[in-house]
Amino acid sequence: MIQINNVSKWYGSFQVLTDCTTRINKGEVVVVCGPSGSGKSTLIKTVNALEPIQKGDIIVDGISISDPKTNLPKLRARVGMVFQHFELFPHLTVTENLTLAQIKVLGRNQAEARTRGLKMLDRVGLMVHKDKFPGQLSGGQQQRVAIARALSMDPIVMLFDEPTSALDPEMVGEVLDVMVLLAKEGMTMMVVTHEMGFAKRVSHRVIFMDNGKIVEDCKKDEFFGDPDARSPRAKEFLSKILQH
Amino acid sequence: MNLNLDFGFLNWGVISSFVAKGFIFSVQLTLVAMIGGIALGTLLALMRLSGKKWLVMPAAFYVNTLRSIPLVMVILWFFLLIPLLIGRPMGAELSAIITFTVFEAAYYSEIMRAGIQSVSKGQVYAGYAVGMTYPQCMQLIVLPQAFRNMLPVLLTQTIILFQDTSLVYAIGAYDLLKGFEVAGKNFNRPVETYLVAAVVYFVICFGLSMLVRRLQKKIAIIR
Repeated sequence: MIQINNVSKWYGSFQVLTDCTTRINKGEVVVVCGPSGSGKSTLIKTVNALEPIQKGDIIVDGISISDPKTNLPKLRARVGMVFQHFELFPHLTVTENLTLAQIKVLGRNQAEARTRGLKMLDRVGLMVHKDKFPGQLSGGQQQRVAIARALSMDPIVMLFDEPTSALDPEMVGEVLDVMVLLAKEGMTMMVVTHEMGFAKRVSHRVIFMDNGKIVEDCKKDEFFGDPDARSPRAKEFLSKILQH
Repeated sequence: MNLNLDFGFLNWGVISSFVAKGFIFSVQLTLVAMIGGIALGTLLALMRLSGKKWLVMPAAFYVNTLRSIPLVMVILWFFLLIPLLIGRPMGAELSAIITFTVFEAAYYSEIMRAGIQSVSKGQVYAGYAVGMTYPQCMQLIVLPQAFRNMLPVLLTQTIILFQDTSLVYAIGAYDLLKGFEVAGKNFNRPVETYLVAAVVYFVICFGLSMLVRRLQKKIAIIR
């Protein structure tokens, strides 16, 4: 579904990604973890070309993102993305947030978009808030709406960029519950997160990044079950994050 | 000092035959220059933020030039230059409308530029992520928020614009101030009419300022 081939990226002279290669298969849930500044958020943003890459290539569903002939908006419309800071459109109601891109990008009619959007809203359990503005919802609720917004577009894959990092602790659970449900339904997911509980429960593979490089890329059971086989940097990260 | 003021001559007849016409033109000029100025200003702001040199440079030149020249000079120049360029004179009123639109666009563009920059990069990402093109992202996500964030400033600029319309006296256009001036001359009461004119400008502008403040609370985006 997603092939990341030898991707490198620089901000000026500073290299943020170095020769990253991995792939995400259909139906797979892959968790990307690593310390702050390791480039994991940058990597996930390159998958739908929100961040340009200078070397290598990324193939999403057979389409190269660096091919100048690729229609990027069209490709992005098929890739759902959830952001750390939700990024709901604050000037629109929840329903409008769910329907806007369906109507303007996919060309669905109002009724069709509304039906689809509200179905997704119901799925994340927020139907009662359909006429509110994002600012009237809690962080956890906003993030669930953001997930519903992405799902309304019928994506072939979902990207999550630290979806729970900006949330109060008591709201993390409600967002993770939605994500677990999604994973169990067989959605292809790439998830940048520090939630190791989520990784253990539903992920198939774990990618560990440090200093812009993919240091570990292995099955979940290997990653958590066999610490001795891990690189020193991953071991250190795991010991810090798992001891609490 | 003997002021000896007499406002007795100012009745509805005088107002409707001298002042009303000027008032209507002042309002007309303000509204057209506001709508045209915001439209052109938004375009200039988008050009300046495009990151493309061939768009940034002319927009920056336009804005910086007009913001560095006194309005009254622009009004005069335009009025005097256009007949030379098109070969026939243009009415003072039409000339004023075009000048104000062009001039105010420079100020509105700086307001819109700040407004666009007040919308976070994450919002643009979110627009792109659901498959929007750059124009869609601007039109549907960024500009509506920029416009709402900046509405009080845009309206305050419009109030200043309304006051500045009095500068069309330089080319003899018949505006609100001119209306009072003509009435004053007719009745040989210039001091009284200028006083009343000041009060009228004050009431309109101060009233609008109050309105803007109330509006600000009402339209703010819930965050």
